[in-house]
Amino acid sequence: MEKNIILAGVGGQGILSIAFVIDNAALDAGFHFKQAEVHGMAQRGGAVQSNLRYSDGEIFSDIIPSGRADIVLSIEPLEVLRYWHYLRPEGWVVTSVTPYVNIPDYPERDQLLAELASFDRIIMVDTAHLAKAAGNLRAQNMVAVGAASQLLDFSEEQLLKHVEGLFARKGEKIVEVNRRAFAFGRAAGLFFRGLVEGGMTRLAALDLCSKMVPATIDPKHAGAWAAALGTDEEKLAAVLATEDEIPCDQVV
Amino acid sequence: MNREILLGDEAIGLGAIHAGMSGIYAYPGTPSTEIFEYVERKTKKAGDIHAFWSTNEKVAYEEALGMSWAGKRALVCMKHVGLNVAADAFMNSAVTGTNGGLVLAIADDPGMHSSQNEQDSRFFAQFALIPCLEPRNQQECYDMMFEAFDMSEELSLPVMVRIVTRIAHSRAAVTTAAARPQNQLSPSKEIKKWTLLPNNARVQYKHLTEKQPELLRLAEDSEHNELRLAGTTGVIACGLAENYLSENLEADHDLSILSVRQYPLPAQKVRKLVEHVDELLVLEDGYPLVENMVRGLFGLEGVDVKGRMTGEVPRTGELNPDIVREALGLPALPTAHTRVTEIANRPPALCKGCPHTDSFRALNEALNQFDNPQVFSDIGCYTLAALPPLEAVHSCVAMGASIGMAAGAAHAGYSPAVAAIGDSTFSHGGITPMLSAVQQGVNLNVLVLDNSTVGMTGSQRSMSTGPTLDQIILGTGIEEEHFRIIEPTPRNHEANVEVMREELAHDGPSVIVARRACIEAIKIKAS
Repeated sequence: MEKNIILAGVGGQGILSIAFVIDNAALDAGFHFKQAEVHGMAQRGGAVQSNLRYSDGEIFSDIIPSGRADIVLSIEPLEVLRYWHYLRPEGWVVTSVTPYVNIPDYPERDQLLAELASFDRIIMVDTAHLAKAAGNLRAQNMVAVGAASQLLDFSEEQLLKHVEGLFARKGEKIVEVNRRAFAFGRAAGLFFRGLVEGGMTRLAALDLCSKMVPATIDPKHAGAWAAALGTDEEKLAAVLATEDEIPCDQVV
Repeated sequence: MNREILLGDEAIGLGAIHAGMSGIYAYPGTPSTEIFEYVERKTKKAGDIHAFWSTNEKVAYEEALGMSWAGKRALVCMKHVGLNVAADAFMNSAVTGTNGGLVLAIADDPGMHSSQNEQDSRFFAQFALIPCLEPRNQQECYDMMFEAFDMSEELSLPVMVRIVTRIAHSRAAVTTAAARPQNQLSPSKEIKKWTLLPNNARVQYKHLTEKQPELLRLAEDSEHNELRLAGTTGVIACGLAENYLSENLEADHDLSILSVRQYPLPAQKVRKLVEHVDELLVLEDGYPLVENMVRGLFGLEGVDVKGRMTGEVPRTGELNPDIVREALGLPALPTAHTRVTEIANRPPALCKGCPHTDSFRALNEALNQFDNPQVFSDIGCYTLAALPPLEAVHSCVAMGASIGMAAGAAHAGYSPAVAAIGDSTFSHGGITPMLSAVQQGVNLNVLVLDNSTVGMTGSQRSMSTGPTLDQIILGTGIEEEHFRIIEPTPRNHEANVEVMREELAHDGPSVIVARRACIEAIKIKAS
């Protein structure tokens, strides 16, 4: 077993916090791991990444070779594009769909998301929506790692232990926000995947996820939602047009 | 025995603590900064290790040498270009030799992630005639500190531990060992050794050359320099380059491999490899140092030596597993997606609300009366003002160079000669050129951007900020009416432009301090 993950985002979004959680889970599990990161000049508002590798065997390179990444986990949609070519043929992308616009030539959002959605093995999550519902917009990184957790080799508890460890000194309230963000992300990632496997397009699945009351999202309802909406665009549009957020268990 | 998650930098710091270090000396510089920061954090409570930032690398080196003189173990850390600053003390410390163990941990930056060049510090070790260790992973960063200190005390020489960005800023689990107690105070009484008057220096330099066979013997016997002979294609893999090699090899490969992690280069082992192979690839993250030594001026008869000089490995830049794969002649691995070439760039930028932005907006406006004015700048966050939208500065060469270069340009008749330098860079390398310029009465304008911290490297303590900075500037002999202080804020823009215009009009040296705290530093203090 070997898992190579490229963590991507913009300086300040909290990539290293994601790395902390996975590093420590890997250490607990007795895995070898290496995790290269970016400090210094490249950090100031620029694109940042971290190469995280864990394995039950020895790891040599601190950098993931092209074609050996299993997951690109990005807290920002544009940043996926920078690392796509590192993915092995069966590799996955897990990404936030919330743009971080600090440059004048940022691409048009819908076009960018359509490009991402054309990739077969992608999990797209509305991290801003979920983090806000969890209690703090800054917890988008924990939403993202939650969404990716289904692809990792650790239980939810193994990861949450280090989410708690990471935020413990900031007080119980912040710990709770981040636990919740992780849980929302995990549920949304699984739900999104369930919708797509049930036949919905990725963009439709994303829109539907964003319409749900975050705390109610439960992957066990994905099949029913996919069956109810399928590729029926009108029906989806009607659901999306409702004013309030929809509880996940009230399948239309 | 314990397992801890550590950056390569941190592993060096912890290794030094456990190896009985009594003092750590450094000036911040990416990618070396975290060595010092880790030690400072880790030992603050106990307070049994001297850990205080130095004003520059030369000072740091001399302080470390002084602690060595006193019989205790000292670690001095810096980035590669920092050793240029410390070179005087460094080169001569090899001639004096040491008393307590003295280790120089130096972090090179191949690929220039955060640097002005990618010079290879192994040349400096060779130049100074001292041993150099080159760890390939975090565990070796830790372990080699014990070895380096012991070696330093056995040989009475400073020992270099050379790392590169990719280890400095990569984490892994490190198994720690039992800590060794610190040395007792035992000042050196060997006066002639430390007093490099020509007569003494000649004797000491001869000693140094006489130690060389022993250094070579240690490298030949070192387990860090491992030779594994197999087929007739050979690879020399230095430091972490071996990781990129191993990453690409199948278990049943047939390459003959020499790993090199201790210098001077083990000549006998290289000879054995060379005699065994007809093709030899040299992999090193940095300059083609070993490659050129092995090839020599005219090539090696019967062996095709490949590497950076022959194009199998790019002449410049950082190594990575993909480059090594190609150099080995292996096909690229299949990927899920082709490389996307046209992606909007996200260059580093000054933070929102940064005082430097206000300083340079004012400077740009004050200078707009001149035709294409050029501003000499320095090394720090404010160098980012070279990029759009500000495009306010036009040079960045070396710590403190802005003032010296502005003075030289003024000597040549260039006007207005403007230098922009941060408060910490000023203490590092700006004071002496400023003193020189003021005493010469040069017509130049120095803008000192006092944000009260070392911003770029993560908010370390600045040595000359606030009143200390003002006193230093006044101490150079500048006329008080041409020493101005402004607060760079959007609200003060017009007034600041006016102050700058007045000083630009003055024929003679003037200094404007733009004083407002770094917003990141304020955040860090608050948390």
